[in-house]
Amino acid sequence: MRIEGIPASAGYAEGPLFDLDRPPAAYTSKSSAAEEIAALETAIGKAVSRLSAMIETADGDAADILEFHIAMLQDDALSAPAFASIGADQAADVAWRAALDAEIAGYDASDQDYFRARAADLRDIRDQVLRALSEDGEPTAPLGAIFHGEDVAPTRFLEIDWSAGGGIALRAGSTASHVAMLARARGVPMVVGLGTFPGSLAGMALLDAEHGGMVLSPSPAEIDAFRQSSSAFAARQGAAQSFLTRPAVTKAGTAVRVQVNIANPSDVDGIDISTCDGVGLMRTEFLFGKTLPDEETQYNAYRKVLEWAGDKPVTIRTVDAGGDKPLAGFTVEETNPFLGLRGIRLSLKRRDIFRVQIRALLRAAIHGNLKVMFPMIATPEEYSQAAALFAEEQAGLAARGVAHTMPPLGIMVEVPSVAIAPEAFANVAFFSIGSNDLTQYVMAAARDNAAVTYLNSVRHPAVLRLMEAVVRFGRETEIPVSLCGDAGGDPAAIPALLETGLRDLSVAPAQLAMAKAAIAEVPV
Amino acid sequence: MSASAEATVLITHTVGLHARPSVKFTKLAKSFAAEVEVAVAANGPWFDAKSIVKVMAAKAPKGTLLHIRAKGDRASEAVDALVDLVQRDFDEDADHARSA
Repeated sequence: MRIEGIPASAGYAEGPLFDLDRPPAAYTSKSSAAEEIAALETAIGKAVSRLSAMIETADGDAADILEFHIAMLQDDALSAPAFASIGADQAADVAWRAALDAEIAGYDASDQDYFRARAADLRDIRDQVLRALSEDGEPTAPLGAIFHGEDVAPTRFLEIDWSAGGGIALRAGSTASHVAMLARARGVPMVVGLGTFPGSLAGMALLDAEHGGMVLSPSPAEIDAFRQSSSAFAARQGAAQSFLTRPAVTKAGTAVRVQVNIANPSDVDGIDISTCDGVGLMRTEFLFGKTLPDEETQYNAYRKVLEWAGDKPVTIRTVDAGGDKPLAGFTVEETNPFLGLRGIRLSLKRRDIFRVQIRALLRAAIHGNLKVMFPMIATPEEYSQAAALFAEEQAGLAARGVAHTMPPLGIMVEVPSVAIAPEAFANVAFFSIGSNDLTQYVMAAARDNAAVTYLNSVRHPAVLRLMEAVVRFGRETEIPVSLCGDAGGDPAAIPALLETGLRDLSVAPAQLAMAKAAIAEVPV
Repeated sequence: MSASAEATVLITHTVGLHARPSVKFTKLAKSFAAEVEVAVAANGPWFDAKSIVKVMAAKAPKGTLLHIRAKGDRASEAVDALVDLVQRDFDEDADHARSA
C-alpha cells in the first residue's frame, strides 16, 4: 500500500518502522505537593543537562536550537503555571503538560508561519520533561529505521543515529519546520503530510522522499522498483551537484530558464539566488492558514521574497484555494471541488478578500521584479474582471498617496479551455502552464485519487499537444510561456517538455540541480 | 540610585524577535540589575525582557517598532544596550539568519 505525502527532504530510505508517538511510560504520582514540586524541578534539571550534553557535539543550527530550548526551560515563566497547579493538588506530569499545552496553543494560533513552527519546539520541550519525569529513557530504535508519527521534535531528530540511513514519515509536519531544515542539511529523507494511516505500524516500509510517499508491507516487485529508483536518485544526485551553479543548457547548447517554486517566504532562505532564474511560482495559500491574513502580513511576505530575488522575476499566484485546498472561512463545501469554486472563481466571488491581496501585491511590487498570475482562468472575462480589480485598487492607492506599482498580469494555463483556444487571451502578459491541473482536467483523473494515478501522466500526447499549442501561440504573439507544475522538475518528463518548445521551467528548490542535469541531456 | 529610561527601536532582522534573537536579547537584559520590559505597542502590554518565554510571546516580527523601558540601577544603559543589539540585527549576518 502506498500513501502519498509531501517531500520535505529528498532521498530514499528502506527499513523497519519505528513509532515516534509511542506513549511514554506512566508517571507515578507522589504523596505530597512538595514531592511533586521536587519531582518536576528534578525533571526540568535533567532535561536541561541532557540538552547541554547534546550541545557539546552539535554545531551551527542544531546548537542554536538546543540553546533556545535550554533558555526556555530555565525561564521560570514557563514552569510557574505548572508549579501553581501542583500547589492546587495536581500531579507534576498533569500540571506540566497543561501548562505547556496552554503555551503551545498560543503558538499554534499565530498567523505568522515562523511563529507557528515554534509550536513543535514547545512540544519537544514538553516531552523532554515528561520523559525525564517518568524516568523513561530513550527506547533504542533499530539502525536505519523509518521514524513515523504525527510530528517530530528537533531534539529527537538530533538524538537519532542517522549514520546507517533511515528516514522520517510524518502524518502532519511542515516543510518549513526546524526538523525539515535539519533533515535537508543532513540529507535525511523526510516526507510530511502523509495524512491518516493505520496507527500501529510495524514491519518494513519504503520511504520515497523524492516524490513524497511511503510503501507499507511492500511486495518483492515494489522493493525492486524502489531500489532502482533509489540508486538512480543517488547517481543523479551525485552527478547533478556540479550543475547547480551553472546556467541550464541542453546538449545542443539551447539555454533554458530554470526558476523555483516556493510556498513560503522562508523557503528562499535556503536557496542561493545565483543558482536559479527567479521564482516561477510563489503560492499564497499558506498565508491563508488558520485566519485570513491582513494586508500587512501579505505585504511583508511578498516583499521579503522580492527583495531576496533582487532584479530576478518573482511570479506570485493569487490565492488558489478550493479543490484539494479548503480554507476555513473562505472556500465552500462542494461535492466536486476540483470542478467547483476554486482559484480565481472563488477570488472573484469573495472580492473583499481578493482586494486585500491585490493591495498587498501592488504595494510590494515596488520592492522588486514582481509578476502576478491568476489561477484557474477559464474565460477571458475572468481575466478582465481580475485585471479591473487591480486597476481599481491601484487608483485607490494612488488617491491615498500610497507607494505602489502595477505588475504584469498573467494567467495559469490549467483549464483545458485556455490551452485549446489561447487566442482568446492575446492581452495577457504571460502564460504559466500548471501541468498538474492541466493533466488532471485533460485526463479526467483526480490528482488526489490513487486509483487513477496511472492516468495522470503529463507525457500523454493529448497533454503535450495542448502545451505545444500554447507555446506556439506564445511565440507568435510574443507572450512568454513557462511551466510551473511538478513535471518541470521531473527528469523523466523534462525531455518531452523541452520538445514542446518550452524553454522556461519552474521547479521545487530541491530539484534545481537534478532538473539542470536532466536538461543537459536533452538534444533539442 | 533609581532611574528610569525608555526608547523605541525598529526590528529589521528578517525573522524578528524570535528564537535565536530572543536568546541574545534576554541574556543581555539579564546582565542588568534594572527591571527591563518590552512591548510591541506604546500602551503595552509590557513583558519582562529577561524572560524568553514572555519575549517570544510578544510575537514581534520584522518591521515591529519595539518599545523598551527600564527602571532601576543603570536603567538608561540597559535600554541603550538593548536598542543597540536590535539595531545590529542581533549580530547575525544574513547567512546565519536563514534558519533562525
